[in-house]
Amino acid sequence: MSELTLTVMRLGFLAVLWLFVIVAVQVIRSDLFGTRVTQRGSRREAGRQQQPARQQAAPPPQRQQAGGRQRRNAPSKLVVSEGTLTGTTVALQGQTITLGRAHDSTIVLDDDYASSRHARIYPDRDGQWIVEDLGSTNGTYLDRSRLTTPTPIPLGAPIRIGKTVIELRK
Amino acid sequence: MSSTTNTPTHHTSTIGAIGAPSRRNTELALLLFAVVIPVFAYANVGLAIDDKVPAGLLSYGLGLGLLAGVGHLAVRKFAPYADPLLLPLATLLNGLGLVVIWRLDQSKLLQSLPTYVAAAPRQLLYTALGIALFVVVLIFLKDHRVLQRYTYISMFGALVLLILPLVPGLGANIYGAKIWIRVPGLGSLQPGEFAKIALAVFFAGYLMVKRDALALASRRFMGLYLPRGRDLGPILVVWLMSILILVFETDLGTSLLFFGMFVIMLYVATERTSWIVFGLLMSAAGAVGVASFEPHVQQRVQAWLDPMKEYKLSQAGVAGHSEQSMQALWAFGSGGTLGTGLGQGHSDLIRFAANSDFILATFGEELGLAGIMAVLLIYGLIVERGVRTALAARDPFGKLLAVGLSGAFALQVFVVAGGVMGLIPLTGMTMPFVAYGGSSVLANWALIGILIRISDTARRPAPAPATNPDVEMTQVVRPS
Repeated sequence: MSELTLTVMRLGFLAVLWLFVIVAVQVIRSDLFGTRVTQRGSRREAGRQQQPARQQAAPPPQRQQAGGRQRRNAPSKLVVSEGTLTGTTVALQGQTITLGRAHDSTIVLDDDYASSRHARIYPDRDGQWIVEDLGSTNGTYLDRSRLTTPTPIPLGAPIRIGKTVIELRK
Repeated sequence: MSSTTNTPTHHTSTIGAIGAPSRRNTELALLLFAVVIPVFAYANVGLAIDDKVPAGLLSYGLGLGLLAGVGHLAVRKFAPYADPLLLPLATLLNGLGLVVIWRLDQSKLLQSLPTYVAAAPRQLLYTALGIALFVVVLIFLKDHRVLQRYTYISMFGALVLLILPLVPGLGANIYGAKIWIRVPGLGSLQPGEFAKIALAVFFAGYLMVKRDALALASRRFMGLYLPRGRDLGPILVVWLMSILILVFETDLGTSLLFFGMFVIMLYVATERTSWIVFGLLMSAAGAVGVASFEPHVQQRVQAWLDPMKEYKLSQAGVAGHSEQSMQALWAFGSGGTLGTGLGQGHSDLIRFAANSDFILATFGEELGLAGIMAVLLIYGLIVERGVRTALAARDPFGKLLAVGLSGAFALQVFVVAGGVMGLIPLTGMTMPFVAYGGSSVLANWALIGILIRISDTARRPAPAPATNPDVEMTQVVRPS
């Protein structure tokens, strides 16, 4: 085999190897920005509704007709803002989120003050997110008040369970 | 999307549709790429050595492609939301390793050695077994949190695996390190590779329960959090264990790997820098202490400090010395920046263990600095995806397990690459995926399988369907 062919193959192989690394890094990049694209898409879609956005805790009768307004202010993710799991986010996609020390919870709390099935967060019929305490020992707090009944969650209001604080964000 | 008067149920499902993509097609495309590269390398070696495209090219390409395809289908079926990069990266490394092992098989010099066996077909068999183990892990490990139940059983299992090479009649002292066991009919096995995974499970389960005590009960002194005396217990036990491995199995690599993995996981669990400081001090003290009386370790350190002297002693015929460290450095040197080209180097001069412990020297000589950087980056990407999986995991056990496994992987790469390149004393471990050796390939495929399982759980949109609100209202809520 001629020297030239071998040299071309040698350099070609190195180029292909590096191309693979670069492609892999590109995949990681698109993975990182994937969620942001999703958010932008939903926001633009909400903007198309041309609805004024003011309220987040609209009373139930209004909510039925104000679907667009709701959607504009609908939280898209749940963020853990304090505690050992700080920074964890869960996308809100209409599913029930359970919190507690049990292994099968959506968010497994590693917290001595949490019960095994402590609380859950779910959307009601109108898409309003509700937090409900599941009879925990130490209670679930929305802002400063201890929950006694299922309560709608305003955007950004801290929900405290033991040392963990979570909130809903757009 | 057509109107604002959608039914409320539609509303929630609209948001649900913007779910995380599963990225399986990305994985497939990358996997194709990862199979094509080794096939290219294979053809390149054949052209360089024999002036013709090797006869086995098609079967080799199809074989590797088939194995990768089986792995991909298993991921598609059993872990559809898993990370798209782990499988292609591991496949590429495994394929490149196969090519380089085959290339060393072609060497006339190695063929003339009495210990010569055609290693590439065996390695292909090990790869097939490895992928099979990978698929088995994906099928039977439905949820990584199940492993938490076996915290102490895995500790016991790991200890048994580590002690096995010392059992008389079963253990085998191969080239100075007692890290092998002979299984009749199967050949020799390196149980330490599997102990790595079992220990990661144990550390994750243990630290998850104990981390508050380890993190919070401490005094601050000179900017460091000093743990209480009684909390030092676990780290002392693991330290002692790794020292015992070093003394009785005379294997620096395994010892460093286990202790390092524990310190990494301890740091991640407690967020206290002091544990790293303690870990480094303890491992340094342990290594220096053992090296003061263990001749095998002393000799490795001597070869590291002055490889040229070691080479001359070996050439002069003094027993117990090896010229390999120096030869590996020469191989890297003659490779230069762009390498000599596949099949055109002389790394076979290393002779013994050229395709296992010293395989990196062949990469360095024939692919040069540019190639070895790419290979190390691929290892780095695997570790990065492991750590990323740990960040995304929603349960503390999964976080710790992913960090532990990727930390062990990273440490192993560091210990082997550092040893061959002369950064640290040489140890008897193998480069994951590329080096010849069944235990290593099997254990690392199992490790990738567990990481893929954790990343699938972490990236999966929460599986519970939207509950029917009417049922919610009438449901009896029992205190749990």
